[in-house]
Amino acid sequence: MTVQPKIDTSPAVSDEIRKTTCYMCACRCGINVHLKSGKVSYIEGNRDHPINKGVLCAKGASGIMQVTAPSRLRAPLRRVGPRGSGAFEEISWDEALELAVSWMKPLRETAPEKLAFFTGRDQSQSFTGWWAQAFGTPNYAAHGGFCSVNMAAGGIYTIGGAFWEFGQPDWERTKLFILFGVAEDHDSNPIKIGLGKLKARGARVIGVNPIRTGYNAVADDWLGITPGTDGLLILSLIHCLLVAGKVDLEYLAKFTNAPLLVVEDGPEKGLILKNAESQPFVIDRRTGAPAPWDGKGVQPDLGAVYQGNRTVFQHMAERYLSPDYAPEAVADRCGIPAARIHALAAELARVAFDEAIEINQSWTDFRGDFHATMPGRPVSFHAMRGISAHSNGFQTARALHLLQIVLGTVEVPGGYRLKPPYPKPMEAHPTPHFVSVPGKPLSGPHLGYVRGPENLALKEDGSPARIDKAFSWENPFSAHGLMHMLIPNAHAGDPYRIDTLFLYMANMAWNSSMNTSKVLEMLTDQEDSGAYVIPRIIYSDAYASEMVAYADLILPDTTYLERHDCISLLDRPISEPDAAGDSIRWPVVEPDRDVRPFQSVLLDLGARLGLAPMVKEDGSPRYRDYADYIVNHIRRPGVGPLIGFRGDGTAEGRGDANPDQMARYIENGGFYQAHVPQEAAFYKPWNAAYQDWAVATSFYESPQPYLFSIWSEPMRKFQMAAEGLGPYQPPDHLRAQLKQAMDPLPIWYSPYAEDGFSVHALTQRPMDMYHSWGSQNAWLRQIRGTNFLYVPTKIWTEQGFREGDYARVSSSNGEIVVPVAHMAALNDNTVWTWNAIGKRKAAWALDDGASEAQTGFLMNHLISELKAGPGRVANSDPVTGQAAWFDLRVKIERVGPKAQSEPAFAPIPRVVPQGRDRA
Amino acid sequence: MTCLPVTTQKKLGLAIDLDTCVGCQACVTACKGWNDQGYGAPLSDQSPYGAEPSGTFLNRVHSYAVQPIDGLAQTINFPRSCLHCEDAPCVPVCPTGASYKRAEDGIVLVNEDACIGCGLCAWACPYGAREMDAAAGVMKKCTLCVDRIYNENLPEEDREPACVRGCPTGARHFGDFADPDSKVSRLSAERGGYALMPDLGTKPVNRYLPPRKKDQRSEASVLAPLLDIRASGFAGWLDRVLGKI
Repeated sequence: MTVQPKIDTSPAVSDEIRKTTCYMCACRCGINVHLKSGKVSYIEGNRDHPINKGVLCAKGASGIMQVTAPSRLRAPLRRVGPRGSGAFEEISWDEALELAVSWMKPLRETAPEKLAFFTGRDQSQSFTGWWAQAFGTPNYAAHGGFCSVNMAAGGIYTIGGAFWEFGQPDWERTKLFILFGVAEDHDSNPIKIGLGKLKARGARVIGVNPIRTGYNAVADDWLGITPGTDGLLILSLIHCLLVAGKVDLEYLAKFTNAPLLVVEDGPEKGLILKNAESQPFVIDRRTGAPAPWDGKGVQPDLGAVYQGNRTVFQHMAERYLSPDYAPEAVADRCGIPAARIHALAAELARVAFDEAIEINQSWTDFRGDFHATMPGRPVSFHAMRGISAHSNGFQTARALHLLQIVLGTVEVPGGYRLKPPYPKPMEAHPTPHFVSVPGKPLSGPHLGYVRGPENLALKEDGSPARIDKAFSWENPFSAHGLMHMLIPNAHAGDPYRIDTLFLYMANMAWNSSMNTSKVLEMLTDQEDSGAYVIPRIIYSDAYASEMVAYADLILPDTTYLERHDCISLLDRPISEPDAAGDSIRWPVVEPDRDVRPFQSVLLDLGARLGLAPMVKEDGSPRYRDYADYIVNHIRRPGVGPLIGFRGDGTAEGRGDANPDQMARYIENGGFYQAHVPQEAAFYKPWNAAYQDWAVATSFYESPQPYLFSIWSEPMRKFQMAAEGLGPYQPPDHLRAQLKQAMDPLPIWYSPYAEDGFSVHALTQRPMDMYHSWGSQNAWLRQIRGTNFLYVPTKIWTEQGFREGDYARVSSSNGEIVVPVAHMAALNDNTVWTWNAIGKRKAAWALDDGASEAQTGFLMNHLISELKAGPGRVANSDPVTGQAAWFDLRVKIERVGPKAQSEPAFAPIPRVVPQGRDRA
Repeated sequence: MTCLPVTTQKKLGLAIDLDTCVGCQACVTACKGWNDQGYGAPLSDQSPYGAEPSGTFLNRVHSYAVQPIDGLAQTINFPRSCLHCEDAPCVPVCPTGASYKRAEDGIVLVNEDACIGCGLCAWACPYGAREMDAAAGVMKKCTLCVDRIYNENLPEEDREPACVRGCPTGARHFGDFADPDSKVSRLSAERGGYALMPDLGTKPVNRYLPPRKKDQRSEASVLAPLLDIRASGFAGWLDRVLGKI
């Protein structure tokens, strides 16, 4: 045998490690960025970080290719040819900012609403919203409307918290975990870590999803449900539990509005019965008499009838005990055999009630009642976009929360746990603010939670005040706005014309718009005079996305390793159930191009516009840059963007600005955690210790205990209006929709769909791509460089498909011709593909012949932004305005082998040179 | 040519849990990232922004459809890399002695200084675990992160392969299969870990932990109704339910 070579098994790893925060999705994991000779050499997860605990997904570990991508924009650009022609000239930052100011300043002085500022996948919404508020336009939102506002709003209106990253199962204790329609790209490392824990201790995982990939692939059991019927399945499970009496009565009586009384008749029919002090009350089982809902020792009676008014519990039970919800009645529509629904209900009941657990920890509730222990029911749920991107998604999210509630599994050991600043009742959120006055800021934040018709964002003539028609009768609870309606409405001048569209990190000329081909026409459409229908478009992005070619002014952003950011408790923090957490990014490398971080640019623009909070008294800029804002901005006394190291460096949550704060965060690995006291860990909405801690840590100004909302009074108020009651009346054409959708108890109705198209068509994002941002990544595009339409066995056989075939897929909105692949682990009547893999030729600095643009495709062309029928009504959930992407139904026909997907667009003009080799 | 060591002191390798792997590709790029700047030549990419990008990866994950005869269809995610075989056919076939198996820990490595890029070892490997780097012209393969696992410049907890450190679900485990008490040996014993294609006689060190049996419905009986609601009416149901408080 030859002598083994000697190798160096202890080579130097790098010169330096800088700890910052990933930006490849909304997980916002901690990363260790290794540098050699000042260049990024390797990126790994930060073991100390609360979100990812050292692990990192495929995207995060490919960050080095994101920072060196040839698609990075290099300097500000001004359009010099026709819009969409790609004719740009490089200009200086001063020119760019002065040009933007010359467009914006007159608008602010005359009609601030004519600036529409929408920020896509912005991770600084508390900052961008503050900027828009200072400008005074009502037209601000981020991308939640086309993402998953149903999840957020359905949760807030029901349990004062949501799925998504705002809570998580008690991974340490849950014994049965059920996933509904999860998008595997979101909150993905925490969920993967959690699934790993469940698998390691043999806990059971059940997936409810039409598609069995990813998390559903490792689920122990799989229900391949028909899209859009999750709500029906859930209500059937509730039916089974009620029939058997397997509901947590004590939990319902103490922690939910089940014992409140519903006005049986008269002008207030359906509202919660109030006493003379306008307070809801319960009937105390000890006395049979009315008692305060939050009174010490009160034992609310779920079975009470008071002056003819029955409890929420009775209304709820009566509805779901109906045979309409029996498994046998719903099985066909759900595509799940009745026996499996019965079995699932039995399993839920067994684990929740027969395998209940208890933590030996005392606590005191908001009534002042002492509890010696914390009992728990080890069943937990999680859900995301799959169940929510339907026109019945809000009610479906409500239904799932109701299922958790009747099992008594929210905020208990083994169940679903919220992360600070949640729980937070709807009432603790602002209402929408929308009245624009020339030269003035808006009176409050744009986005909020509507309590009743009086909070709608309507002008005096009843027309929508916002360009996206958020908070209008079409979608009253649109807490995240409707970014998907921005361009169509601006183009249609409905409800009014705007002047300047200001977009950040939103690929609206491609994968982020419904009806992409049509949107491209809207962006370039001209009046007879030759002026563009949408007169001006300013866009900020770090990369040459499809949207860049359609802007008039480009403000090039940095990549995530070249910037400051804060992941704030005022926004979407990085909390865990046991700790509030926030974090920062900082420039671990300097940009090698003439680019600036967008948030610093916004501050500069604000100062040039003279926006009050952005200038000092002498008119000079108040903040040097975003880092300066992060440290020194005071949102309300003692409260700023970051909770850690405030004041003298030891204050947590509240305290003066600390000039050392950024340095302390960097020293601490880029994040900070404020730990929830042990006696406050569970039962948070009702736990006095938690409430006090939350006030101390700055989430609210006074304790906010509340009851989970099984019966939603805000919804009933809209339903009443639709019935003709009250001073605020909807337009007649929306009455039927409101009566159905604004039911105060969770319901299921069939998603809006058109006749003649019977196959459901879905998209999902892979775990290894972040929307369109992944395809420019040299490593990730080798993993997933094209997409197929995945076809279930039944349709594959019926159509006689063969490998290499294409299919014509048509909807009422259009058709696409795309490559197919067979997939057996799929609902029989559903096809699907990966989202945002398809690219426009020459975008993202890719070759014209890139597979993403040859065979890759978008489903978006098939989806109308408008509902069929009269008027311009958004193809969205009628409650929240969430884009109903997953309502899509199609027809499929085999067309045989082809080499190019259709529609095939001409290459997009290049704004950066085509990428050749890796940097 | 090189001879295989008769025996190795350790048998370092991976136990990969197919019951837990969600196919997220995290291990693929964790490996690419480390080894692009680690042992030997970088893992090059050809035409990375072109029509047909291709590059060197030491670890890839494939997804397979499985249709049981009497059950629901499944998707199995299957990570694939060098198995560090005890009877590694890629070693003796090497004409220059570049391909070798370390006597101390059983890691199969390529001495890139001696590799002439003939590709014989890749032909000999029945698992397709080796990839010729098109830029460097040398054979690349999983090194079990030999430049991490003993690396005194890394904190001790990080002395494991990059794919193991990065795996979000914890589906990848690293250890010594020669030690029956090691975590990987115990996991493999408990979970019926198996070697890939054992009939080839290559004696892989790596083990795959098979997916647990799926779609096994719990035998819980259907929930019994509290009472006959049609007979008792809602009021009867309510009385019965609330009587339990």
